[in-house]
Amino acid sequence: MADLSVDFAGIHSPNPFWLASGPLTNTQYQVMKAFDEGWGGAVWKTVGEPVINVSSRLGAIDYGGRRMMGLNNIELISDRPLDDNLREIAEVKRLYPGNALVVSMMFESVASVWRDMVKRVEDTGADGIELNFGCPHGMSERGMGSIVGQVPEYTETITRYAAQATSLPVIVKLTPNVTDIRPPGRSAVSGGAGALSLINTINSVMGVDLNTWRPLPDVDGQGSHGGYCGPAVKPIALHMLSSLYNDPGIRVPLCGIGGIETWRDAAEFMLLGASVVQVCTAAMHYGFRIIHEMTEGLNDYLTERGLSRVADLVGQAAPRIGGWKDLRLSTSFQVVAHIDPATCIGCNLCVVACDDGAHQCIDRPSHQKAPVVREEDCVGCNLCSLVCPVPGCIAMNPVDKGYIDTWSGHELPAQ
Amino acid sequence: MSLALTNDTKLPEVVPPLTRREATDEALRCYYCYDAPCITGCPTRIDIPRFIHQIATGDLSQAARTIMDANILGATCARICPTEALCEAQCVRVQDSRAVSIGRLQRVAMDHAMEHGTPALPQLEEGRGRVAVIGAGPAGMSAAAHLARRGYAVEIFEQKEEGGGLDTYGIVSYREPMRVSLFEVETVRKLGVKFHFGRKIDALQDFRTLQEQYDAIVVAIGMGKVPKWGIPGEDLPGVYDALDLVEQTKTRPLSDITLGPHVIVVGAGNTAVDAATCAKRLGASDVSILYRRGEAAMPAYRYEYEFAKQDGVIYRWWTMPIAIEGASRVEAVRCVKTQVRTGDPSDRQSPLDIIPESEFVLPADTIILAIGQEKNAGIGQMIGAATHRGRVVVNESTYETSIKNVYAVGDCLAPFGEAMVVQAVADGKMAAQAIHERLRKTMAPQKGEKHG
Repeated sequence: MADLSVDFAGIHSPNPFWLASGPLTNTQYQVMKAFDEGWGGAVWKTVGEPVINVSSRLGAIDYGGRRMMGLNNIELISDRPLDDNLREIAEVKRLYPGNALVVSMMFESVASVWRDMVKRVEDTGADGIELNFGCPHGMSERGMGSIVGQVPEYTETITRYAAQATSLPVIVKLTPNVTDIRPPGRSAVSGGAGALSLINTINSVMGVDLNTWRPLPDVDGQGSHGGYCGPAVKPIALHMLSSLYNDPGIRVPLCGIGGIETWRDAAEFMLLGASVVQVCTAAMHYGFRIIHEMTEGLNDYLTERGLSRVADLVGQAAPRIGGWKDLRLSTSFQVVAHIDPATCIGCNLCVVACDDGAHQCIDRPSHQKAPVVREEDCVGCNLCSLVCPVPGCIAMNPVDKGYIDTWSGHELPAQ
Repeated sequence: MSLALTNDTKLPEVVPPLTRREATDEALRCYYCYDAPCITGCPTRIDIPRFIHQIATGDLSQAARTIMDANILGATCARICPTEALCEAQCVRVQDSRAVSIGRLQRVAMDHAMEHGTPALPQLEEGRGRVAVIGAGPAGMSAAAHLARRGYAVEIFEQKEEGGGLDTYGIVSYREPMRVSLFEVETVRKLGVKFHFGRKIDALQDFRTLQEQYDAIVVAIGMGKVPKWGIPGEDLPGVYDALDLVEQTKTRPLSDITLGPHVIVVGAGNTAVDAATCAKRLGASDVSILYRRGEAAMPAYRYEYEFAKQDGVIYRWWTMPIAIEGASRVEAVRCVKTQVRTGDPSDRQSPLDIIPESEFVLPADTIILAIGQEKNAGIGQMIGAATHRGRVVVNESTYETSIKNVYAVGDCLAPFGEAMVVQAVADGKMAAQAIHERLRKTMAPQKGEKHG
């Protein structure tokens, strides 16, 4: 039995799975139910002002018969009065002292307002605060949310407003709606953040109803950009997470967010630098009960690999993500596809994919069902193995030419 | 005899339609193979991965278009094709799971077309000319539809009062409701084909007249009569030919057909299964299939055999009737037991011996013969086309007979026991393409002339 408990920037949690700030952490009822199911922590849905909202609020992309591959939300921060939220937060913390309870906050960029509000949150007994510098919709039009996270100076200034007013750990939640996540991350740390969480949602328009030509989600015929999340955003989150973890200017723990649905997703986030993960869409989709599979699976995974603690995973794969210039060029190393004729079922998906979408190096001998890779022409792009429906049928075999060649070792051509 | 469409509801389809959800789930199981093996399993070469992909993305009308472009009788074939032996046998998913239910998916698309209207079909290169088709069964309708799509003036001469041939008159309603076949006749009519019902072409003079009036003639007359069996008592009232019985269930009120409690079906092919399950549905309590060979030699498809057994039909193997007995109508059938003299018992060519002193009598109110149809070379002989072993000889790729511009398609060409609607449809389409190839060269439109 591995130890799933974690200490994150001074916040203790019985396991590394937290619910992210969102519609599912809006009330005492929800957060208590989630803790009863086994969630280690929760970030209370962003408290702040004003208390307004719209309807409808959510839109989704389905794929291949599965619903909600991606979810978009134009809902604003908590639509409940601040006093109600603070009273319930205090009550939850009193009843569940062993769980991590963090409060997400968003207020106008005035030092005194932040000072007062942070104090009031501190009085609830919550374990930490998370500054919402990430929401891309609504509040950003009023100088809050992602508009803060997109300008490193604002990020630093407002982080400082909050951090100077409290002894609680301050987590800054970053927006992915930037070209480079590192400058706002560094600014948050300079401003006093004890940890960073990412990613918040990605700006998006979900789609158009082909019958009515109205946008989705639809607010009386009108739409707006909203925050995109769910399984589809995971690769974007992994990229930003690893780039922060590998940044020498950032020496605070990271909380990974973005499309996490299974323990496997969580373990990948951890390997790329997350000490704790937050889950939202998956629990909105299937309910809090998914935590059972997540803790069980992560525990078994750690045990099978002989690891005793979650911390043993954190960042272990991050050094393997670096600059393209440091990758071995295919002059010195490549993989070559090989199709196993014994398991090939003859669908020819690799054939058409290679022919139309790659390098025209898969032949179809007339005497057999299985196509054959013309190895001397294969560049090792992986496409055939990715489209093949049979697990293990197409292997990508490494061919090491015995020396190292990278782009770093080449002179850049003269301009 | 008029058609009895109400029997569709009295003999409801055995295989239920897939729900939209089931159809989507099943369609998503398709890998969308490239140069897909399933297509090679279909004589009409429907682009199966494409229509299944269209179902998966919710484009049912487009799926129907894909099907009907290749096979104008897609609704019939979706129901009665032996898909387990054709497209689905070739499905790659047989190897890692189970075959995609191609037939049932095709039915989803075609049901949609029946309910919401048939999609406009893709344009084909147009030709110009007049073509007569003899017989409005699957082969004739397929040829006619293809030629009509190409702009030819096509007329079909059919001896019966409705089109569809075997689909309308010879397939039990619980496999294919009559409305499905009539929908297809209507579809062909809407493509511009002119039907002449009650017009039998059985005199040489009629045929010569057609030859004078049309640029090409397609002979699609199906199989011949069920042969005389040659045992005593076969003319007694109460002895039915299986296809006649099925036709009665399509053209008369079911209450007019009284078979009695004890029914014996002779033969073990797919038609025998139809006859036996039909008898069950018409109220017979005790239905047996007699076959002079064993289970291993049974010509019916496995799933047909299972269907009969599920209906409570009793199989009596190695049993051969030698006489039908009765004073004024059928009362019993006298049988003997048989065995293979030499050779493989699963080989239908192996010689049989009658076991001495094995005679016995089975009581019967009705005897249904399902022992196959005769070859139909009559018209070929009449018009002087070359025949071989009783069948008209055609060019393998063009379906042209030895008489120029006279083509033959469908069951009248089929080897014994191998007739399939989908092959008839494929024959008709290929003959139509060959006719177009011929006529587009010889009948090129004059410059500036408008046709269509």
